[in-house]
Amino acid sequence: MQRKEDRGGQPLIDCDIHNAVTLLDTLYPYLPDHWVDYGKNSKFFGPDASDYPAGSPIKTRPDFKVEGAGPPGSTLDQVQDQVLDTWETEYGILTCIYQASCVHNEDLGAALATAVNAWQMEKWLEPEPRLRGSIVVASQNPKLAAQEIERCGDNPAFVQVILPVRSLVPYGNHRYDPIFEAAVRHDLAIGIHYGGAPGHPSTPSGWATSFIEEYAGMSGVFQAQVVSLVAEGAFNRFPELRVALIEGGFTWLPSLMWRLDKDWKGLRSDTPWVKERPSEYMRRHIRLTVQPWNVSSDQAQIQQIIGQLDSDEMLMFSTDYPHWHFDTPEEAFPADLPESLRHKIYSENAREFYRL
Amino acid sequence: MSTFAEPIVAEQGTPKKTAIIDTDVHIVMPDSDTLLKYLPKQWHRHHEISGARGHVKSGYPRLHKMRLDAFPPTGKAPGTDLAFLQHQLLDEWDIDYGMLTPLTGAGGQVNLEYGAAQALAINDWQAEEWVALEPRLKGSILVPYEDGDLTAREIDRMGDHPDFVQVLLASRTKSPLGHRKYWKMYEAAERHELPIAIHFGGRGGGPITGAGWPSHYIEDHTGVSQALQNHIASLVYEGVFERFPTLKIVMIEGGFAWLRPLMWRLDECWRRLGEEVPHVQRPPSEYVREHIWISTQPVEEPPDPAYFEQLLDQMDMNDRVMFATDYPHWDFDAPSQALPRGLNAGLREAIMSENARKLYRLD
Repeated sequence: MQRKEDRGGQPLIDCDIHNAVTLLDTLYPYLPDHWVDYGKNSKFFGPDASDYPAGSPIKTRPDFKVEGAGPPGSTLDQVQDQVLDTWETEYGILTCIYQASCVHNEDLGAALATAVNAWQMEKWLEPEPRLRGSIVVASQNPKLAAQEIERCGDNPAFVQVILPVRSLVPYGNHRYDPIFEAAVRHDLAIGIHYGGAPGHPSTPSGWATSFIEEYAGMSGVFQAQVVSLVAEGAFNRFPELRVALIEGGFTWLPSLMWRLDKDWKGLRSDTPWVKERPSEYMRRHIRLTVQPWNVSSDQAQIQQIIGQLDSDEMLMFSTDYPHWHFDTPEEAFPADLPESLRHKIYSENAREFYRL
Repeated sequence: MSTFAEPIVAEQGTPKKTAIIDTDVHIVMPDSDTLLKYLPKQWHRHHEISGARGHVKSGYPRLHKMRLDAFPPTGKAPGTDLAFLQHQLLDEWDIDYGMLTPLTGAGGQVNLEYGAAQALAINDWQAEEWVALEPRLKGSILVPYEDGDLTAREIDRMGDHPDFVQVLLASRTKSPLGHRKYWKMYEAAERHELPIAIHFGGRGGGPITGAGWPSHYIEDHTGVSQALQNHIASLVYEGVFERFPTLKIVMIEGGFAWLRPLMWRLDECWRRLGEEVPHVQRPPSEYVREHIWISTQPVEEPPDPAYFEQLLDQMDMNDRVMFATDYPHWDFDAPSQALPRGLNAGLREAIMSENARKLYRLD
């Protein structure tokens, strides 16, 4: 399915392509002098959320490492060559996960976010019309984050604001209203992506021991965000809010819909603003990228779990470049689905969601 | 195999009665005097001046916590009165056995020694005032689970009591349950051939989600399954089931539909990242199917009953799912209504009673 002709001519929109700032020096041209001095005179090398250990197999597919080309995802050439041209991608959504949100110095976090966005404009979005960007913000300070959204939001090359799934408090909380307000004002989606380092554990019961445990367990954090956004009324306060869940899997969603719908029946008097069944809000406001699929090896079961979403609109294709989830193009889309649904997942759901 | 079938009708024309075992029955001490009756003397003064102190006690206010008809004539809290519980739960529903799951916070005490004393008191109270008087009720051993030595000591003290059938933990512990700090507990549980049950609740001190503190009780209630999911990931990836090959884990009051996607995810992550945990020898889903039992309440209610059938077929754990009411809490599942109509008779019987009968070695 890698070539357009293998897809029966169907277009492809890739909703998770990582472009990476690998050295703080990269940002110096876009940072005020004060922070350049700070970087040069301190041991600050940029935020380190340790989302992906450097040597972990999931961080980089081995064949993306090209001698002398720099880390995969660090230059436009690589993304053009290894993703856009290879897959004949119509649009690629850049998901820069520079963790400005994890810098304890909020002013520095905000300055870094501004610099990253300027770098994205100059090095990625202006030269390559197939790409769309995600605005990096320092979400630990929603007021500063909203200012950054104001600054970048009118540029049509940016289609969403990206936030780490591991937040200080769940995103349905009122403290994030300035971010959502600014996003909605500029018709931007919110992308919630794997990772983050808010300072507290990634599980409800303390710190995971291994990376595999942390990575696998992250689907639970995505679940907590969905519950919060619905229960705390974010979709009631911002009826235009659109949220993409990126690199968190999707097969857990049907069970969460059933659970929250059932709890809502018993507990809805606690949250009177939630007027409809929670699953209705999810289907209307939330989209999920497909990588990693986390599905059964049984084709019938794959079709069942996708059917249980009770929606054709929710899934969006992604490669999660340069992360290593698959080796062959076929493995990138393991579901045998009807042509019309394939078409929606390949491109049309994302086209609608990101207004492309 | 089809999970659903036409109802099986006995030859005489009367439907076969399904036996019921309830794997989640809450009791609670009626008052402080009862605790002092069982609490070791040296802790009485501590109890008076400090008392129970866990992390973040405020929790989430909720409009309803108990079934409103579950308050006994004594005027005390639901779950404090044996005669009333016998009448309202065991007799009314003709229940063969009920597993007692007292939630006292003994394991969540910041003072571990006091937690151990409290656990001992609750266990002796269960032994004397509940299971000794009512053979249909079976006890759970409470433990100060954040300390391995104190926990092993309490399991060794109670473990051979014939009417105590499991060790009981709350789901929100200080660390994920695969962590080596809990291994002495697993050693002791294996020694006495007792399953470890993990029940909704607990306060480990940190936020109850990996994304920080949510605001409402509905998030707390829905979120318990996330704690259970992380515990399974931890138990599997830390190699607990390789080190303790006869260990049995029971998950209570977290539902079960999340288990199947979790197994897919754990398997997929293991295929790519398994080198980091070389002690994990087999696909995670195999350990889950061998070592995990799960209770039904609050039972899954998908919008289409066919999804319930798909769910059970995909889980492929029909011998591991066990019925529970969660009496006397607000979200009680009635035995007559918990499972969808049309579930085939053999599977209904397995879930309503026989899986628990086998696990807990009941008659």
